[in-house]
Amino acid sequence: MKISVIITLKKDVLDPQGKVIHQALDGMGFDGVNEVRQGKYFEINTNETNAKKAKDKVEEMCKKLLANLVIENYKIIDTQ
Amino acid sequence: MKSAVITFPGSNCDRDMDVALKKFGFKNKMVWHQDVELPKSDLVVLPGGFSYGDYLRCGSMASKSKIMQSVINFANSGGMVMGICNGFQILVETGLVPGVLLRNKYLEFICKNVFVKIRNKNSDYFKNINNEVLELHIAHNEGNYFCTNDQLKEIEDHNQIAINYCNIDGKIEEKFNPNGSLKNIAGIFNKEKNVLGMMPHPERMIDPSLSGNDGSLFFKNLINNLK
Repeated sequence: MKISVIITLKKDVLDPQGKVIHQALDGMGFDGVNEVRQGKYFEINTNETNAKKAKDKVEEMCKKLLANLVIENYKIIDTQ
Repeated sequence: MKSAVITFPGSNCDRDMDVALKKFGFKNKMVWHQDVELPKSDLVVLPGGFSYGDYLRCGSMASKSKIMQSVINFANSGGMVMGICNGFQILVETGLVPGVLLRNKYLEFICKNVFVKIRNKNSDYFKNINNEVLELHIAHNEGNYFCTNDQLKEIEDHNQIAINYCNIDGKIEEKFNPNGSLKNIAGIFNKEKNVLGMMPHPERMIDPSLSGNDGSLFFKNLINNLK
């Protein structure tokens, strides 16, 4: 079973990389961009066949390693 | 006095730290990250560098390595643990000290001398030191200290700020903040003050003919405090 997770910075955490990307987009002529926030995406392939169990396991992984909960949020976006 | 420096894959200030500790009288041992047991030590140091290539988040992979459980147990039983630069990043990832270290505000790798003001002389790290301000070296890409408002309140309530970035006169202002750190924080303690994480490298300031002498003051004072 493959599980996808995205990790994003919390709202009030400064994201200088996102800011620079935003500036670059402005410079390239992409109008109307209000904000860019950069995050991380993981695909985790496990032997687990039970979707609920797989999701719980990945949630534990997020809490223990993949995300730093002081500054980041995680979201399991897909199980297949 | 016995010390131990942990080497992770990608550590690159471990030998400098070894030289500094020995110069001021520590009997130092180098410890590999895959070891399980710490040697008997009065001080454990997590050195600077780029452990695990800074993968995922700086310090995150090293914080899960085998030796770290012993380091955490040692710290929780009151042992002195000091993390410098990447070692500070590892400490925050273990949760031994609060907060995180974000990318520098202006996305630059910063490598220069800075002044830091000693804020808390009640710990064994800074007790009895004569100076209020030290000139130390920083070299990092992720040294921008950040924590939640609740954590900041707790840090301030427990006098956990160890050093702040300042000018030569000890003035703590935003213009002397090299990397965007919250409240100019350059180093913090755990609540009990036996764990210290800081971005500046005292081990790079132990030779007046090469760099400076303020690291010497720090180490001399530290070993005297531990005796």
